Amino acid sequence: MRKELEKYFRTDKLPHIWCPGCGHGIITGAVIRAIDNLKLDQDKICIVSGIGCSSRAPGYMNFYTLHTTHGRALAFATGIKMAKPELKVIVLTGDGDCSAIGGNHLIHAARRNIDITTIVFNNSIYGMTSGQYSPMTPKGAFATTAPYGNIDRDFDLCKLAQSSGATYVARGTVYHLPQLIKLIEKALKHNGFSFVDVVDICPTYFGRRNKMGTAVAMMETIREKSVTIRTASKMSAEELSGKIVIGEFYEENAPEYTEEYAKIIEKAQGRI
Amino acid sequence: MTAKNIRILIDEKACKKCGLCIAFCPKKVFISENGKPVIANLSACIDCKLCELRCPDYAIIVGGEEIEQ
Repeated sequence: MRKELEKYFRTDKLPHIWCPGCGHGIITGAVIRAIDNLKLDQDKICIVSGIGCSSRAPGYMNFYTLHTTHGRALAFATGIKMAKPELKVIVLTGDGDCSAIGGNHLIHAARRNIDITTIVFNNSIYGMTSGQYSPMTPKGAFATTAPYGNIDRDFDLCKLAQSSGATYVARGTVYHLPQLIKLIEKALKHNGFSFVDVVDICPTYFGRRNKMGTAVAMMETIREKSVTIRTASKMSAEELSGKIVIGEFYEENAPEYTEEYAKIIEKAQGRI
Repeated sequence: MTAKNIRILIDEKACKKCGLCIAFCPKKVFISENGKPVIANLSACIDCKLCELRCPDYAIIVGGEEIEQ
């Protein structure tokens, strides 16, 4: 590892336990690089996660970290941000953690526009418990709990976040690394609820069961399926089916929750 | 930075042989030796650092004289 990045890792905990070719290590590295590029104060960052393969990430990262219960990362993060608004709170969560178990917390954190950056490690499967389908598993894909194929319809987390009120929404992939780092940087700089959906690979449980080949083959699939928002805007719904649209979907400046709360405190105390 | 100053360090202990660096190097700098990346064509390296960024195990560093073993 690069010397200047070592301070951001708990190097005694490395190598991490993720499988060979797992994208989680790539996303964690991208988050670290984004933090380093922005020169954020390491002691003013709190990283929160729920449960799952992805949620092990904060265990390797040398910041204030909190490993919480399943799906509740955003609920704990909201508490941290309310108590210590000066902290930069980052939530690292999996697709199951964020969209299923913690789906409601995502809606309400986005609705409040609380200044939390959420990065979703979206590998389309519950990897830690050996490959059950999640809400992000594509229709027709196989999982241990969908041996004949998943009948659930495809789900778009970015659309959910945006319609819930998130003020920065973007999607990146583990293939497009320079872009991913930029998206995470932008999300970290954003004042308000920022949401980055990262299309990830799970070669062990999703890849094997769906006969997608090695991590390299899965990456190639992401490369082939990815289209930028600009290109996507010129494509029909049919052409877009099965594609991964990447880029920035939404950005707006809106009142931030902890700032609004501070105003209420002042008002209650008769200061304004 | 001129090409001859580029150095690539691979941490063999950290490498899990996923092959991403070998497959996605735009200049085919690496070859596979039982799954492990071996630098076969250093002079072709353009210092894009994509292998370093994509390595899930932080096992590769690409840089100049500043990186030490």
